[in-house]
Amino acid sequence: MTRFLLVLTLLLTLAVSAVAADNSLTVGSKRFTESYILAEIVKQVADQTGEAKAEHKKGLGNTGIVFAALKGGSIDVYPEYTGTISQELLKEKGAIDLPGMKAKLGGQGLDVGVPLGFNDTYALAMREDQAQKLGVKTMSDLAKHPELHFGLSPEFLKRADGWPGVASTYGMSAAPEGIDHGLAYEAIAQGQIDVMDIYSTDAKIEKYHLRVLEDDKKFFPAYDAVLLYRADLPTHLPKTWAALEGLKGKITAARMVQMNADVELRSQTFAQVAKGFIAHDLQGGAVAAPEKQQSFGQRLFGGDFWKLTGEHLWLVFGSLLLAVIVGVPLGVWAARAPVAAGPILTVVGLIQTIPSLALLIFLLTLFHAIGTKPAIAALFLYSLLPIVRNTYTGLTDIAPALRESAIALGLPAAARLRLIELPLASRAILAGIKTSAVINVGTATIAALIGAGGYGERIVSGLAVNDNAILLTGAIPAALLALVVQGAFDLLDRVVTPAGLRPR
Amino acid sequence: MISVENVAKSYKSQTALAPTTLQFDPSSTTVLIGPSGCGKSTLLRIMVGLVAPDSGSVSVEGAQVTAANIEAMRHRIGYVIQDGGLFPHLTAEGNVTLLAKFLKKPSGDIEKRVGELCEIVQLPREALGRFPSELSGGQRQRVGLMRALMLDPPALLLDEPLGALDPITRNELQGELKSIFARLGKTVVLVTHDMGEAAYLADRIVLMRAGKIVQQGTLADMIERPADPYVTEFIRAQRSPLPALPETAAP
Repeated sequence: MTRFLLVLTLLLTLAVSAVAADNSLTVGSKRFTESYILAEIVKQVADQTGEAKAEHKKGLGNTGIVFAALKGGSIDVYPEYTGTISQELLKEKGAIDLPGMKAKLGGQGLDVGVPLGFNDTYALAMREDQAQKLGVKTMSDLAKHPELHFGLSPEFLKRADGWPGVASTYGMSAAPEGIDHGLAYEAIAQGQIDVMDIYSTDAKIEKYHLRVLEDDKKFFPAYDAVLLYRADLPTHLPKTWAALEGLKGKITAARMVQMNADVELRSQTFAQVAKGFIAHDLQGGAVAAPEKQQSFGQRLFGGDFWKLTGEHLWLVFGSLLLAVIVGVPLGVWAARAPVAAGPILTVVGLIQTIPSLALLIFLLTLFHAIGTKPAIAALFLYSLLPIVRNTYTGLTDIAPALRESAIALGLPAAARLRLIELPLASRAILAGIKTSAVINVGTATIAALIGAGGYGERIVSGLAVNDNAILLTGAIPAALLALVVQGAFDLLDRVVTPAGLRPR
Repeated sequence: MISVENVAKSYKSQTALAPTTLQFDPSSTTVLIGPSGCGKSTLLRIMVGLVAPDSGSVSVEGAQVTAANIEAMRHRIGYVIQDGGLFPHLTAEGNVTLLAKFLKKPSGDIEKRVGELCEIVQLPREALGRFPSELSGGQRQRVGLMRALMLDPPALLLDEPLGALDPITRNELQGELKSIFARLGKTVVLVTHDMGEAAYLADRIVLMRAGKIVQQGTLADMIERPADPYVTEFIRAQRSPLPALPETAAP
């Protein structure tokens, strides 16, 4: 057991050294292509001033999570849209202009500015052929066809400026279904859904021959892209801020569609697209020759691979260590006190049934922060059940004759636990820790939704741009890591298990 | 050495042991015998503190056993169960020295004592490094006995120590136990359901039935002056060892 803890500590120290930085600017992005690109541009522009080390927290779960992160100070700035700010964040009924927003946000220590130059409005779209056949041109026309199959992104379904508003303004009675935005284009192309929500700068509208329906009652407000930031940013990092202000009005809608297409249709990385934009549009250089496509292997091990590996290991083993420290004593307690056993096992069992995203968001509000802390807390809670249950079972399965022999010898309770009972239960306990560790490797991928990094970051961005190759560059290392962890524990089992208990 | 006074134990409404009083003199061997469920094991387990009696008290060397002194009392009593009750994760030597090491006895003394015990119970020294699963049944029982004798306690309690052994090993160990008891001069209390074994090892036999003592004395007493027809019935039921018994039982 001591040797096992030693190995764990070593891994943790390695993982910790991979994190940390001081004078830094953290940029957030939401889980769709355009947000990734804009945040990457902000990050690279900031980096070029050399004033602060800029970091990009990629693909945070949804608007609520990013906004909470900004308020809590986990990120300093992120690209947002005016319509979202007024309708969703400030819950305004009517239209409100930029100075109005500034005034309202000021109370929360936030500010908004730097209109980037394009309007990315929400809209509903259908397949061109079907729209033609049904004669649907406007959203009022669409209201006459409640039989159509609506597949809307989960965020659009819930937002005040999304489906609820659309349905009441146009009197639509269809029953929409939730579908991830990255997957909706495939679904509509294959005829699984008939209507989807789109962003007007989406690159795939043309590719999939979709008709964007006219908002004839002018329901959707303007969604001008702006930067939403912490009010102290301009004074805290003045050079960086000056550079960011240079982005004002620099991105046209056409350019944004093109950049989205570079990622989604031409498989460039967010960083490459941002770099090309800065070199050409900001610094007036020649249009960079499209970079050579990286091979899958290069994409797998390239760039941030080791950073993500460090983050993933830290998430898995940081939470596991906590779970061992808390779970083993809980298991011992349950085995010792039959009265406590029922409640303890029930509670750790119930925790397991909480959906992971719900637990993450709950902990996010509890910690007032995104990132590693709430993610480790969630993984810790999920790790408890196998460890507590196996410790409990391992201890209660000890033959009564052995337990009595230890008592009759005249050993005090603490010594019996240490010298007899825990060693006899060690294989069961280790098996529980192993189960938790392997499950953790998988569950940790979802922590990317709250900016905790790890391989999940690639899986989330792969989903956002609907690019299976990116998804696999995250999923394959996660699967391999699970196998490595499993193998390492099998090895550890041989080292830790007392020789007399090993099968021969 | 050990005395129990009016100890009784019930499980729910079932009486395991009716109020019982018994004295165990120094250097004497007492065998508790009777059919399954007669209370003999319960009595032994009360003496070593594995079962708390509903009433009555146990005294060791004149001092009453309480929750506060029970661990110290257990160090004065060796306890052996069927198949040795050895801890599978420790070697034979680890089992034997576990308590002495926990009590921080000098390692020289521990080593010397292990040597003596090997000789007393006739265990080859090379068996000390083996794990319980690598030992024969007889060897496990010898190691169990060594563990009980490690601190040289004045009393030794054995709960069906030979129950799991084949007849030949059993016979061999019976002989060895008898000479060990005689040599060490301990207060021995042994539980069995085998009258042959009882008669061979005991200075005094205590025959029990349904939680009560039916008769105590030598086998000769029980054959010649049975206190109850049950005594005769119990002895007659154990036929096979009997022809050899009168000589050994009546000195």
